[in-house]
Amino acid sequence: MSDPVIEARDVTRTFMISSGFMRAKKPLHAVNGITLDVMRGEVLGIVGESGCGKSTLARMMLGLLTPTSGTLHLDGQLVGSADRIEVARILQPIFQDPYSSLNPRKSIGDIIMLPLLVQKDPDPRTWRKRTEEIMDLVGLPARVFNNFPSQLSGGQRQRVAIARALINRPKIVICDEPTSALDVSVQSQILNLLQDLRAEFGLTYVLISHNLAVIEHMATRVAVMYLGRIVEQNETGNLFRAPRHPYTRALLDSVLTPEPGLGVPDTHLGAAYPNPIDPPPGCTFHPRCAAVLEKCPKQFPPTLRANGGMVECHLYADGGGKKARKGNRK
Amino acid sequence: MARPILEVENLCVDINVPSGVLRAVQNISFSVARGETLCIVGESGCGKSITALSLMNLLPGTAHRSAGKLVLDGQDLGNLREREMSDLRGNAMAMIFQEPMTSLNPAYSIGNQLEEAMRRHRNVSAAEARDRAVFLLEKVGITGARSRLGQYPHQLSGGLRQRVMIAMSLMCEPALILADEPTTALDVTIQAQILHLLAELRDEFETSLILITHDLGVVARVADRVAVMYAGEFVETGTAEQVFNAPSHPYTQGLLRCIPIPGKTKRGTHLGAIAGIVPNLVGRLEGCHFASRCPHVHGACRSGELALRPAFEKSHHYRCVLSPKDCADNLKAGVAA
Repeated sequence: MSDPVIEARDVTRTFMISSGFMRAKKPLHAVNGITLDVMRGEVLGIVGESGCGKSTLARMMLGLLTPTSGTLHLDGQLVGSADRIEVARILQPIFQDPYSSLNPRKSIGDIIMLPLLVQKDPDPRTWRKRTEEIMDLVGLPARVFNNFPSQLSGGQRQRVAIARALINRPKIVICDEPTSALDVSVQSQILNLLQDLRAEFGLTYVLISHNLAVIEHMATRVAVMYLGRIVEQNETGNLFRAPRHPYTRALLDSVLTPEPGLGVPDTHLGAAYPNPIDPPPGCTFHPRCAAVLEKCPKQFPPTLRANGGMVECHLYADGGGKKARKGNRK
Repeated sequence: MARPILEVENLCVDINVPSGVLRAVQNISFSVARGETLCIVGESGCGKSITALSLMNLLPGTAHRSAGKLVLDGQDLGNLREREMSDLRGNAMAMIFQEPMTSLNPAYSIGNQLEEAMRRHRNVSAAEARDRAVFLLEKVGITGARSRLGQYPHQLSGGLRQRVMIAMSLMCEPALILADEPTTALDVTIQAQILHLLAELRDEFETSLILITHDLGVVARVADRVAVMYAGEFVETGTAEQVFNAPSHPYTQGLLRCIPIPGKTKRGTHLGAIAGIVPNLVGRLEGCHFASRCPHVHGACRSGELALRPAFEKSHHYRCVLSPKDCADNLKAGVAA
């Protein structure tokens, strides 16, 4: 693999949450010490339940939030010190909801052109032509140039968001649940488009989704997040073939594929997602874990790296891999 | 098969809109047996939620419902007065909505909301209703149920709220539960738990379930029978095995090609797509509703009325001019491509 375009080192973001009138605020570690490299040209999938910090991580990459501690480098530059405009040249977002991420009072053409204006592109005479080119590329008919977002369907709006993200030819696109608000037939069109654009422009994607089938299809590498930590990371094929962390297994088990007769799986994730203000001691996953060990509630699990992947779990410390697999098959 | 709990024949819903009459639901017929799960699956705007609302008679004022037959457990719903209908709602039939935050009242405690339905329909004391609420909250997997009764919806997580909604729908042991996208707003892990729970409760209480969703994965795993809905019509009906293993209608085949399946679809390749957009349902549509997007369209599709026809198996129906053999060939060809 080539060089990293995003390097996160021990990144933490803490929010101070009010716990009531006249009471001290409590810290919520939305992202809690994440070390992560995004390589040039790859599609990094980030999965996890709501509240696990995946969107906070994305917003830090976008420079919309500053890390409380740790460093985040974007294409060699330290995020935070770099100019926002400069960051936007390299990195662009596509958000989940194309209904709220487009300004309803601006025409489609103006929306897509805006990044050129923001970047003070030196050649305003070419703007219109370039906008029409990118619209053609993402499959938007030229006649919608003067329309407003309310006149477009959900799929078309998401195409507008993609066109806007790509008009300045960024290197990295952060897709935060890009197809969650769309119907399946439209979802497949958008996913196909994202694949084509990646090949055409040599883009790097950070793809955030709770839909594991989509992640499996699109991503080259997957990071699984739980309560602000990355608990497992691996090449997509390996992760889906041989998940190691019990949480990854539970996630994979809960994917409902359209195969009748298999029934609804029991994920053994009994307890609810813990309150992130008051996380469980030791391994934060232990109250829900099917393979919990004696030391799990007491000690924070070690980070283990092997075969290009990484897992944060007691089961694999001191060669406990075999035990782990047995413990999970019940 | 036992006598069906719900029988619906030729249900139509017309909605008055400024540009004319929107025919949201057109001549759909189905029945649900005791303890059976029927899934209605389709994309947004196909009329599946309107179907559910029309069964509950909760349609907006601009909509008009008509039906050849609409019978719940021997009782004709077709010409009930609003007062009689509200005696049935939450009692003989209950509904679970998609977004539990907006369908629970934020100003009342969940205990209050749970007990209300039972006190409205049954002649029970407050204490009895409370006991039933605690019993059901425990049934749906909420720990410390009695202490939860005083909590308000905003104090609960999304998964817990949906469990409360399910408990609420079971308060009067309804014969039929209508669940409209019950797990769409939830995480995949919670979704699996809630669906597991629904299936368990359905078996325990012998409730019939109509599950409305756009998620084909959910349908395949939960349904006994499936109805695929497109542009106001059922385009294919049958058992889950029939519809998923031998989809006949071009729309069903197309939909199934759109979704990536880990381990089956090749990673990074193009997924199937259905070109075009859903037709406008205002006014009368001639011929097959799917004709404008169908890859196999030809002249005969554009005119006349199409009826549901049997596929190879007797309980499997689809609405297309193509013969069962042609459909099977199309399916094979599509898989190869």
